[in-house]
Amino acid sequence: MATQPALQVEDLTVAYLDKPVLWDVDLTIPPGALAAIVGPNGAGKTTLLKSVLGLLKPAAGQVLINGRPYDEQRRVVGYVPQRGSVDWDFPTTVLDVVLMGRYGRLGWFRRPGRTDRQIAMEMLGKVGMEKFARRQISQLSGGQQQRVFLARALAQEAEVYFMDEPFQGVDATTERAIIEIMKQLRAEGKTVVAVHHDLQTVPEYFDFVALLNVRMVAAGPVSEVFTHANLRAAYGGRMPFLSELAPESTGVIPQ
Amino acid sequence: MLSPETEIQIIASVTAVACALPGVYLVLRRMALISDAITHSILFGIVVAYFFTKELNSPWLIVAAAATGVLTAALSEALSNTRLVYRDAAIGLVFPVLFSIAIILISRFAGNVHIDTDSVILGELALAPFDRFMVHGNDLGPISLWVMGCILAVNAAALVVFHKELKLATFDAGLATALGFSPILLHYGLMTLVSVTAVGAFEAVGSILVVALMIVPPATAYLLTDRLSRMILWSAGISVAGAIGGFWLAWKLDASIAGCIAAVQGLLFAAAHLCAPNRGLLAMLMRRQRQALEFAQKMLAIHLLNHENKPEAEIENSVAHLDQHLRWKRDFVKRVVARSERQGLVIEADGRLTLTESGRQLAQESLVA
Repeated sequence: MATQPALQVEDLTVAYLDKPVLWDVDLTIPPGALAAIVGPNGAGKTTLLKSVLGLLKPAAGQVLINGRPYDEQRRVVGYVPQRGSVDWDFPTTVLDVVLMGRYGRLGWFRRPGRTDRQIAMEMLGKVGMEKFARRQISQLSGGQQQRVFLARALAQEAEVYFMDEPFQGVDATTERAIIEIMKQLRAEGKTVVAVHHDLQTVPEYFDFVALLNVRMVAAGPVSEVFTHANLRAAYGGRMPFLSELAPESTGVIPQ
Repeated sequence: MLSPETEIQIIASVTAVACALPGVYLVLRRMALISDAITHSILFGIVVAYFFTKELNSPWLIVAAAATGVLTAALSEALSNTRLVYRDAAIGLVFPVLFSIAIILISRFAGNVHIDTDSVILGELALAPFDRFMVHGNDLGPISLWVMGCILAVNAAALVVFHKELKLATFDAGLATALGFSPILLHYGLMTLVSVTAVGAFEAVGSILVVALMIVPPATAYLLTDRLSRMILWSAGISVAGAIGGFWLAWKLDASIAGCIAAVQGLLFAAAHLCAPNRGLLAMLMRRQRQALEFAQKMLAIHLLNHENKPEAEIENSVAHLDQHLRWKRDFVKRVVARSERQGLVIEADGRLTLTESGRQLAQESLVA
């Protein structure tokens, strides 16, 4: 059986009323990639992620995960939303939030059992948060919140992970811990797709990059695609530190 | 045979708990206002159903009223989705339309029927025991107890069966959708529960106090615990306490029972708001004061560290001059110094302060962080 792309986006257009946020986007990410989606503010990065996960209805085009529609692939998709998208004053514990990652497998009505709790604790251990299991979530720092969200996605035991700005507002230690886990997922043959903000770290963290600005500017292996010309095309004049990143002479970022 | 007083207290307790259960999710979803909207607009459904059935006891009244409640939620949603009005404004626009149509219909065509404004707004718990549920001449208790008992059972069952789904959809609707749970379905399910509960309860306590019963106990419970399941249990407990306390207050004051129940619940909320262990005002005040003192101790330690073993230490680190150098009030200096001494951070000798080993450590750590 030929290997299907982990993510295949075809001719995707998403619009709010008549204002397009994504214009005819094509993107193919191979399995086992550690992929960054980058682009300026308002480029539609989060919109792309939400369309992939069926949270937004596209005006045109389709999304396939492992060659099949998302509805049939829920079980193999893990999701880390933006940290700020939920109310951290919600009355619940860290362990309970991580357990939510198990809900998809449980389906309606079934309650999480002992195995689910074991898996949740194990994933909390992976992100270095097992001591916080009984903690109320409002007592967490930003970095700890992000780790909990990551543990929740790990508890989904998925094959393809989508993460919306996993490094947003976290401390350096957490950033290192998260990237370690992402690399570990890749080593296990899983695919990670992350919306990313910090262009400086793209070559260090990722092996695949998609440059988005409403349209797909370029996508492919970082060594081929992360070039001065492509960055200029994606960011226009809004990138003052471009020259530091990609020397014009080679056009390729030194790795 | 129970006395009417006992029956009233049971009916009041059952009604209050039935209202508080869906109210927990209204509070957590920041939708408290929708309960106000629904309790008003259901009158529209009741009036319309009455015109068709010409009966005040027809179950169709309840069905129509519940449908109107869900309709209110749907219309507000649709209106705010046009992005021309904000969500709260949309709610405020929709329910008065339905409510006013109902009022016009009553005043124009049904002036002689027993849908009078008093009973709609206030309800009358005191009369509840007189309406009996009779089967073949057997008295099975007050009808309102049966009605509210059923609603309570349905609400409790829904909260137990859909605990995980409601929790996820409330905390993270995005993940709920991604995992294949329909937050929209759950939303309208909750709206249906709220509507049915409001219809059942408004006969007993009136439409305005239903709002109090739905919102006040959960809002109080939210201050007392940080676990969802305990918040639900606390809400139920506060509801019962309010119902029984309210009954006896009404007895003493010879006043409306429903009004007194809401008042007692309001007092319970005020008490929790003031005294709740972590989230109460007093706890917050004490925490802030302690943090201010702790920070001042760090400043003091750093100040002492900066000047120790230097010629100016004689003056800079003397207790008598601290208030001038740090620009603190004398009282405050005394408290900070006393607290630091107690904790073994500084030692005072001849009016001069010197850091102990742990005091120096604190200063150095604070400088690094």
